[in-house]
Amino acid sequence: MNDGSPPDPTPLGRKLLMELHVNGETQEVAFLPHETLLEVLRERMDLPGTKHGCELGECGACAVLVDGRPELSCLRLAIECGDAEVTTVEGLIRDGQLDPIQEAFADLGGAQCGYCTPGILVTARALLDENPSPDRDEIAEALSGNLCRCTGYLQIFESVEEAARVGAASSATGEVTS
Amino acid sequence: MMRCRPFRYHAPRTVAEAAKILRGEGPDAMVLAGGTDVIPNLKRKQFAPRTLVALRRIGELRTASDDGLTLGAATTLDAIARHAALPEAHRAARIAASKVATPQIRNRGTIGGNLCLDTRCTYYDQSAEWRQAIDFCKKAPGPHGTAIETPVEQGICWVAPGSPRCWAVSSTDAAPALIALGAEVTLVSADGERTIPLTDLYADDGMAFLTKKRDELLTAVRLPAAVEGWRSTYWKLRRRGAFDFPILGVGAALKLDAGGTVEAARVVLGAVASRPLPVDTSGLVGGPLSDEAIDAFAAKAAGPAKPLDNTDFTLHWRKRVVRAWVAGALRELRGDDSEEASLLSRSAARIPEPLSV
Ligand SMILES: Cc1cc2nc3c(=O)[nH]c(=O)nc-3n(C[C@H](O)[C@H](O)[C@H](O)COP(=O)(O)OP(=O)(O)OC[C@H]3O[C@@H](n4cnc5c(N)ncnc54)[C@H](O)[C@@H]3O)c2cc1C
Ligand code: SF4
Ligand code: FES
Ligand code: FES
Repeated sequence: MNDGSPPDPTPLGRKLLMELHVNGETQEVAFLPHETLLEVLRERMDLPGTKHGCELGECGACAVLVDGRPELSCLRLAIECGDAEVTTVEGLIRDGQLDPIQEAFADLGGAQCGYCTPGILVTARALLDENPSPDRDEIAEALSGNLCRCTGYLQIFESVEEAARVGAASSATGEVTS
Repeated sequence: MMRCRPFRYHAPRTVAEAAKILRGEGPDAMVLAGGTDVIPNLKRKQFAPRTLVALRRIGELRTASDDGLTLGAATTLDAIARHAALPEAHRAARIAASKVATPQIRNRGTIGGNLCLDTRCTYYDQSAEWRQAIDFCKKAPGPHGTAIETPVEQGICWVAPGSPRCWAVSSTDAAPALIALGAEVTLVSADGERTIPLTDLYADDGMAFLTKKRDELLTAVRLPAAVEGWRSTYWKLRRRGAFDFPILGVGAALKLDAGGTVEAARVVLGAVASRPLPVDTSGLVGGPLSDEAIDAFAAKAAGPAKPLDNTDFTLHWRKRVVRAWVAGALRELRGDDSEEASLLSRSAARIPEPLSV
């Protein structure tokens, strides 16, 4: 099985060339074995949508989806992502259309300074994929690993609820939203 | 960006191969499971392994036994929190896993990594620059830290400056819960395999906090078959409802007979010492879970808990709250409110903290 494996062990301090699957595309990327997915996305793949906050797992700004589940890109080595499908906030846009979650955040003030927003958008996307009509408690629990200094969270919860309503309405008419 | 220092990265496919690499690399190698503890510590230069041995390709570490009672060490905390196969008597394991860190971290962090979690201290979990500014303490005595678990005689402890030992705090949520459930762990090295009670994995020393040898891999956690009458819970005290490590954990499991008499009990405290602290429960056994029995037991349980000034909150308050928390956990097992339902839940602010001095 070829999972895009690098040499084992990796040579010390030397770059490796590895295929990464990000936002539906496969790219060959050169990076060092000790780089995190966050560093590689931002600095080697020109995908600065994913934010770096604390870089220690303590804020959620760097969250991305790995095989559909939210994880912290600051805590995961890029070398451990060869066999995974990574989705960043850039990947929420499909065919030029914003994801309903993005629309809702824009309409309802779910984003103020916007720094926490990419991590929250992907985390909320994963929630709605698993549970299309979450209640307020379930939204709060799913987003409990994402800090926001601006909104007080209320507009964030309302935005996710709005996106869930839009999702429910469009799946009733057979339209694919995600 | 905070970055890791360069290391070599191995990703073996079997436990045997991993054990061989760990033996060959000696003290310079470190196991990488989910990395949610290792990576922040590497970025803060708390240690500097030359080699990381990753577990992610070892499928056998992610499997559960058919009866659901043996969990591979690389099982994620999220999987355990949702582990439908675990009997109701073992719900303390699910509660503890579900209260670790944040959803994103539970998607990645593993049970093996949680049980082997580095001990924590306000003077240690800081960047290299911070630690250098006040001078390095003995747990990480240089700008690149030291190999984890390697005791170093020299160096100061900022928490107890006259002390020969390090008092960093055991902060794993799973360990107190799983010890209370009577769990065992399997350790594998190039020499072979041994299974020990989980409580024997720990030593009360902030630096040498695991009895596991450096080249031993924790491969599995085994829970006993559930016996009629046992029930369990885990109470966790922290400042916020997410993110925070425990300031106190109480793992409790009891066997009650039909008349409500305690037949057997295991209570274990987390985050009050450098190891999970089992409490002597002999005073509880043989009697009913009356308010008086619970209060007397909780008062005694708080005795050996010796919080020091190296985590969140003031230490006097942390000592005092042990009694309330142990009593709360036991009352829940008696059938009173759960932690969430009780007034004490979620926000620690509900037990007023005395002003810091
Ligand atoms: C912001 C934040 C909050 C956190 N909050 C909590 C919390 O509330 N409660 C809590 O308990 N933890 C908490 N953690 C710590 C950590 O996320 C969890 O304990 C997690 O379960 C660790 O698992 P891991 O697989 O990521 O371990 P890793 O980081 O991969 O490893 C941790 C340690 O265990 C060793 N190790 C891992 N697996 C094995 C094995 N199979 N055999 C031998 N050694 C092994 C590693 O070498 C390392 O020393 C938090 C972390 C962060 C960043
Ligand atoms: S308890 Fe003392 S030696 Fe241990 S980490 Fe804290 S300051 Fe350092
Ligand atoms: S940047 Fe990753 S959690 Fe803060
Ligand atoms: S909008 Fe500013 S941090 Fe959330």
